[in-house]
Amino acid sequence: MGLDIRWPIGLMFSLIGVMLVVYGLITGSNAELYHRSLDINVNLLWGMLLTVFGVAMLLLAWRGARVNPVPQQ
Amino acid sequence: MQSVQLGLIDYAILIIYVAFVVGIGFALRRYLKSSSDFLTSGRSIPAWVTGLAFISANLGALELVGMAASGAKYGIATSHFYWVGAIPAMVFLAIFMMPFYYGSKARSVPEYLKMRFDERVRALNSIAFAVMTVFASGISMNALAKLLNQLLGWNYHIALWICSGVVLIYVLKGGLTSAIYTEVLQFFMIVLGFAPVVYLGLKDVGGWGTMKASLQTVAQNPAALNLGTNAYPSEAWTSAWKPLLSGPAANPMGVDWFAMVFGLGFVLSFGYWCTNFLVVQRAMAAKNMSAARRTPLIAAVPKMLFPALVIVPGMIAIALTSMPDKQYRIPPPIISDNVYNRAVEAVKMAAAMDPEDALPMVSEAMGRKLNAERITALVKGAENLTDQQIKQGIYDAIAEYDYDGVILSLVKKYCPPGLLGLALTALLASFMSGMAGNVTAFNTVWTYDLYQAYIAPNKSDQHYFWMGQAVTVVGILLSIACAYFASMYNNAMDIIQLVFGFVNAPLFATFLLGMFWARTTGTGAFLGLFGGIAGSALFHAFTLSAGNAPGVKGGYLAVWQTFPSEMAQNFWLASFAFTVCFVLTLGISLVTRRTKTDAELKGLVYSLTPKIKDEEKAWYLRPATLGIILLVCCVILNLIFW
Repeated sequence: MGLDIRWPIGLMFSLIGVMLVVYGLITGSNAELYHRSLDINVNLLWGMLLTVFGVAMLLLAWRGARVNPVPQQ
Repeated sequence: MQSVQLGLIDYAILIIYVAFVVGIGFALRRYLKSSSDFLTSGRSIPAWVTGLAFISANLGALELVGMAASGAKYGIATSHFYWVGAIPAMVFLAIFMMPFYYGSKARSVPEYLKMRFDERVRALNSIAFAVMTVFASGISMNALAKLLNQLLGWNYHIALWICSGVVLIYVLKGGLTSAIYTEVLQFFMIVLGFAPVVYLGLKDVGGWGTMKASLQTVAQNPAALNLGTNAYPSEAWTSAWKPLLSGPAANPMGVDWFAMVFGLGFVLSFGYWCTNFLVVQRAMAAKNMSAARRTPLIAAVPKMLFPALVIVPGMIAIALTSMPDKQYRIPPPIISDNVYNRAVEAVKMAAAMDPEDALPMVSEAMGRKLNAERITALVKGAENLTDQQIKQGIYDAIAEYDYDGVILSLVKKYCPPGLLGLALTALLASFMSGMAGNVTAFNTVWTYDLYQAYIAPNKSDQHYFWMGQAVTVVGILLSIACAYFASMYNNAMDIIQLVFGFVNAPLFATFLLGMFWARTTGTGAFLGLFGGIAGSALFHAFTLSAGNAPGVKGGYLAVWQTFPSEMAQNFWLASFAFTVCFVLTLGISLVTRRTKTDAELKGLVYSLTPKIKDEEKAWYLRPATLGIILLVCCVILNLIFW
């Protein structure tokens, strides 16, 4: 099939990751908001991890496309 | 009781997810040219993709919600459903059975049965499978929509129709390929969405060690937390095997080790993983034999680790419930507003009476066990409370649990906006992956094994392509209808699931004999299957589990044997049905004439098929090597949590 699933996975998690990081930065000073997550800014931290995961997927997809170009049907 | 308010960020994450899964469907649309592209994805997908889809299709919402519930009820022994009840069967499928499924070029499991035996066996299997898939999907949809409704305040109908609509769009546009691709995305979504919740929960209870210690205290006196009336040895929730080996009375599952190993680990597990088209279809879509065989092996890796994600939350919930300062309890059963209103009236009336009489009166109105002290206090102060406050008071006093609410209650407890959206998206993703799995398996079996085989043979491929798409819509509508049916008649659903149990239990005996004994005849297989189904129905009619009255739970003809728990009854039923089917198939095959020659059975039976040469591959890439490594890891995990 002509679609490498790593592209959409990478894109989606990068996007959601960046959104969580930005949201975490904006709301970071709001102690009440993060009280439930044991005073950890989980949005910032987990957003960073999701971004790293997403970018890694994109890199794998990019490398895959260079090494093994998809035959056009 | 209060529902969670979702923020803008949460909706944004949900919408991005939906946009991506729908987008994948549209992106794949242009590759669909024939019915086989749509229904079997033209055998073109790499192994890591089919492998993750294999496990994702299995990880439906019911699995996620149900395993967390079992984690709370039974503790770490729930991992038997993974380490005993899945990994060995997945390895067996990869090494021994995949060569026949994939090599025979069958498009579905029932089609393999037709090639190996005859039309009767195929018809029996495909009709049962088609009906079961639709009901399974409906039951799971109903459960999810109910949860979303009760815990998040979402409208039941809207939740049901929107989720189904999204699945319909991407399956209709991109067919099986689209279902498989989105399942991979959903796999990562589920893992990455729930992992932080588990981490926060574990951290909150004070880490693994503290959690274990509090579960050991709970085990010795579960009644203190309304977790049942029996007391157990301290390791009942925290060891996988010790309580099992001490006999059914020593573990909350009420199961003995033989029923666990033979009933679950052999009969039920191999019956599901090796013959259920829902999962096998993923492996059949792989691009070549090697990828098809690696599919279940790749899937086994996350499956082995899932207990950390799905069972630990249940254990965290019990530990939290045992710590008063955490102000947490497992949510009570979902009860309709009408019942609450009646109970509120009962509380108000009781206020004028002796407080001692109040409890039975309110309990009766609720139909539930209630906490005496809380109700007495509530009745005393009822005059000064609003109806809403009384309702809340009754809710807080319910002394029963709805274990299925564990996962969502932890999500609510720990997730701030942002993470909340991610975790809810993960829950919806698990629901959609399970549903898409059901739908794609259903439309293939319907189109190839029922429609093409019996209703309209010899039509053009375009016609079957059209039928595949049409039945996708019909399948989803039927599932929605089943969901509504399930929401109206709970008991009817129990009976239907019971019947499915009868149908499924003997199935693996048919496959085992069919694949590994060339002498097995079509008549033997057909009558053996019927005998097995009848055997399980009879077994159920003559046995009962402790604490149940004869009826839907069994024993309605006579009670010859009582099992300590429903789970034990279930495992023994499966073992019995398997044995009946095995013996009957064997015996009848010996006295009936073979209808297929050795040449016809080439590629379908082990002894008549040339062995696959794995030698050209490096030794560490051969399925047998990978399978052994997986089994060793599985044994190590069992020893760690012994």
